[in-house]
Amino acid sequence: MRITCPYCGERDRREFYYRGAAVDLDRPAPDADEAAWDDFVYQRENPAGPTRELWYHEGGCGAWIVVTRNTMTHEMIDVQLASEAQE
Amino acid sequence: MRIDGKGLIDRTQSIPFVFDGVGYSGYSGDTLASALLANGVRLMGRSFKYHRPRGVLTAGSEEPNALVTVGAGAAQEPNVRATMQEIYPGLDAHSQNRWPSLNFDVMGINDLAAPFLGAGFYYKTFMWPKSFWEKLYEPVIRRAAGLGALSGQDNPDKYESAYAFCDLLIIGAGPAGLMAALVAGRAGADVILADENSRVGGRLLAESYEVDGKPGPVWVDEVLAELASMDNVRIMTRTTVAGAYDQGTFAALERVLHHTDRRPNGAPLETYWRIVAKRSVLAAGALERPVAFRNNDRPGIMTAGAVRAYLNRWGVRPGRNVTIFGNTDDIHRTARDLLDAGVHVAAVIDSRHDAPLSDDYEVLRGAQVCGTAGRKGLEAITVRRASGEDRIHTDCLAMTGGWNPSVHLTCHMNGRPTWRREIEAFVPTPDAVPGMITAGACNGSFSTFACLHEGISAAESSLSELGLKAPKVAVPEAEDTPYVISQLWAVPGKGRAWLDFQNDVTVKDVKQAATENFRSVEHVKRYTTQGMATDQGKNSNVAALAVLADATGRGIPETGTTTFRPPYAPIAIAALGAGAEGAGFKPQRFTTSHKATAARKAPMIEAGLWYRPSYFPKDGETTWRQSCDREVNMVRQTVGVCDVSTLGKIDIQGPDAGAFLDFVYTNMFSTLKVGRTRYGLMLREDGFVMDDGTTARLGETHYLMTTTTAAAGEVMKHLEFVHQGLRPDLDVSFTSVTEQWAQFAVAGPKSRELLNDLLDTPIDDESWPFMACGPISVLGVQGRLFRISFSGEHAYEIAVPARYGASLFDILTKKAEALGGGLYGMEALNVLRIEKGFITHSEIHGRTTAYDIGMGRMVSQKKDCIGKTMSERPGLEEPGRERLVGLKPIGESRELLAGAHLYKEEAEPVRTNDQGYVTSVCYSPTLETMLGVGFLADGPDRYGEVVKMVDHLRGVTTLCEVVNPVFFDPEGGRVRG
Repeated sequence: MRITCPYCGERDRREFYYRGAAVDLDRPAPDADEAAWDDFVYQRENPAGPTRELWYHEGGCGAWIVVTRNTMTHEMIDVQLASEAQE
Repeated sequence: MRIDGKGLIDRTQSIPFVFDGVGYSGYSGDTLASALLANGVRLMGRSFKYHRPRGVLTAGSEEPNALVTVGAGAAQEPNVRATMQEIYPGLDAHSQNRWPSLNFDVMGINDLAAPFLGAGFYYKTFMWPKSFWEKLYEPVIRRAAGLGALSGQDNPDKYESAYAFCDLLIIGAGPAGLMAALVAGRAGADVILADENSRVGGRLLAESYEVDGKPGPVWVDEVLAELASMDNVRIMTRTTVAGAYDQGTFAALERVLHHTDRRPNGAPLETYWRIVAKRSVLAAGALERPVAFRNNDRPGIMTAGAVRAYLNRWGVRPGRNVTIFGNTDDIHRTARDLLDAGVHVAAVIDSRHDAPLSDDYEVLRGAQVCGTAGRKGLEAITVRRASGEDRIHTDCLAMTGGWNPSVHLTCHMNGRPTWRREIEAFVPTPDAVPGMITAGACNGSFSTFACLHEGISAAESSLSELGLKAPKVAVPEAEDTPYVISQLWAVPGKGRAWLDFQNDVTVKDVKQAATENFRSVEHVKRYTTQGMATDQGKNSNVAALAVLADATGRGIPETGTTTFRPPYAPIAIAALGAGAEGAGFKPQRFTTSHKATAARKAPMIEAGLWYRPSYFPKDGETTWRQSCDREVNMVRQTVGVCDVSTLGKIDIQGPDAGAFLDFVYTNMFSTLKVGRTRYGLMLREDGFVMDDGTTARLGETHYLMTTTTAAAGEVMKHLEFVHQGLRPDLDVSFTSVTEQWAQFAVAGPKSRELLNDLLDTPIDDESWPFMACGPISVLGVQGRLFRISFSGEHAYEIAVPARYGASLFDILTKKAEALGGGLYGMEALNVLRIEKGFITHSEIHGRTTAYDIGMGRMVSQKKDCIGKTMSERPGLEEPGRERLVGLKPIGESRELLAGAHLYKEEAEPVRTNDQGYVTSVCYSPTLETMLGVGFLADGPDRYGEVVKMVDHLRGVTTLCEVVNPVFFDPEGGRVRG
């Protein structure tokens, strides 16, 4: 599997550390309700199709990136910096 | 049995080799299979289950029968295909799965018991008693049925892994692959041409075809010469592309040195390649199918393509009196090749009623072979025609049931092949692997012209996608015979007709599976073992499928195939794991004091990848406890030195560094004064403790964070994530400087006295109070000094650039020893911290909160931080939570054990009465008793209570008093002292 780091270009996935769903970027306000925090910390989708997830270029530049890929075809759809990906 | 003048072998180079202890000789260019056949050896192995005598069936990597073990002892290699093993002087090969010898195999008795050993036999028979399966049945069955064995010793051979990148990977160097390489090479593309054979050419080496008016091998050599002259083309022979993966990544195994017994220094036996290609052309060719008929497995029965290969490529006469059976024009080509070489053809049995006739040999139209004779080698066949059955004497039967395109790699990314009725075979489904184009026989295009043509067009399409201009290349003149086939899978009749030679699966087994309602092809595979083991059913799966389709009344496309998975051909685990053994699997990190520590014979313990000293034994000390107790007393009474460089050090700089630290730590850091250090606690977002450590403020916008040794990497990732993902608005950046600084703890009442002997400007309590930090000059070297303590003593940590570490460590050691102190290791460090009730990852093990470890008040109420909201969940603060306590043994047993559980004194020690557990214990020489820390329900409210510690595993019960975990100097006077 190859991931295109926005800084370093296309690299082998072994240079990257996998974190999980990009939901981790959507941190609720400290006083948000229980459901919002529960969704943020624990609830994850298991999609068959496009999914957004967080990878860290640990063996490279140290950038956290959001990778959009298709779990059915393994197609890499999009990569962006986590610092620019907040919704 | 060589034929003069035939073959691509070098007859000037005779090569001696040994098979089963008998010496033979072959020629340069021979495989073990071709050389054995040339020496008249037909019996090469015993079958997996019935131990039937078997000879070579094919001439390629799909060989199911002729598996041998090469070499002996530590480096012996089992299950080597004789068809792939090139001979070299001194090659020592052995047959497998026979005892005492290949010629006389006791287990051949299985063959007589065959009526009882059909599909599912093991499942049905060895059901009872259940316990017998693991102890008795399985070991016995495994011994009787099997392939070759490893030596059980460490393999001395070297394996390597390597990476390659290219514009275009061409898999297979037959006519299609060669043409594609030529076109792409001339276009200037960066090309890798990989072929599993020892030389390129594919079937052109095995057939008597002409290309461009020249003999096939001559044309191949000309193309090869041009390709070899191009810097942009890499030709990788003996390299099997074994898997297709995401984004153009391919796995390939190069058999670097299997063709020689020379092991030049440093050269690997095999190299496992990861090839990344922008585009690929699959030109993997096709594999011939045998026909299933009664006793079709005798030595001397081969595929027709193999017979032509042995004849044309290796100049081997496959028999004196050859018969040929099949359903395509290939059988006539085989007959002509044999006759041209002067080999007698006894009969050609063509299952097609409209088969072409010949003046040169007898053609039996609409006939089928329905039986054979000859126990250890073919002697005769029985042919069935409308008119009746005839027996024909023959020592070699060439058979063909048609060809299966090698679609395997197109299925590695979940693709399914498509059935093409007119060639009775599966072909690749287009675009099954992104960026891959199929060409030639693997695409179901079997004529040489079609292969050459598709090779060119595949290259043209790939080049256009790569943005390169394809040169005009004309298709060379070549045969373009249409492929005409009639269905012929299994000849009806009694007896056993083999489908899968390697696993001894017969037509009857597949039909029986269908009868027992195993209708799914995946179930049939597992029930009958059809298509398993080293050949993965390469020449049998499709025929088995056809038999199953017939038995279940479905068509072949509806029946479907089993799933082709990587690898295409077997790969040794040693090759897959190359580079990841020993220190390659687990690198070692050494501190700058490692040599000095090792010189003092300190036993090392691993902390993550780091190596740290356990203790420093002195003369006369016979147990670790003696050393540890001495080191603890030394720190409490004089001064001790310990390398703490392994703790993670993260340099944090930027105008928003303070605000950032406030967000990742539970407590405040923006308010920390420059020149001061503070203990910090870090939570995960779910509210549990992640890590702890001290952070020093070196300047207005400059902090230095310390993490625990084990969590350094995790914390670094966490900081980067929080910054980039959650707070990109903060102007702050991080660098790990763990390796850049050597840092030593200097602890004990005499620590300042020691340091003042070295520091260029002496310090006192006023200039360096507890928790002070700042730059210092030590013997002229600029370093840093932190007054922090993990021992509860008056202590410092002194840091210098790593290049001065070894030197400073030596000086500190000598000075400490002069003051009656010395070095201490991890054991003493652990005792010192338990005496003070300090926590490590034994306590912050991922299931404890700040509240649990008695630091609830460290979660600042003035600000938000990672983990704060979730740490305030009611359940995490409710009564009954297990919280940190100290434990002191009272009563008869004085032993405390980490991992033991805690119960009320009078309670039965069962799970439902569990009240907590012990996380760390030590013998305290200071307090002269064992001490423990652990977690106990409502622990801090129960000081003075007696609880029962029970270690069920080691059978120890100890009564303990629950106490404050700070056992020693609870007022903290010493640390300030």
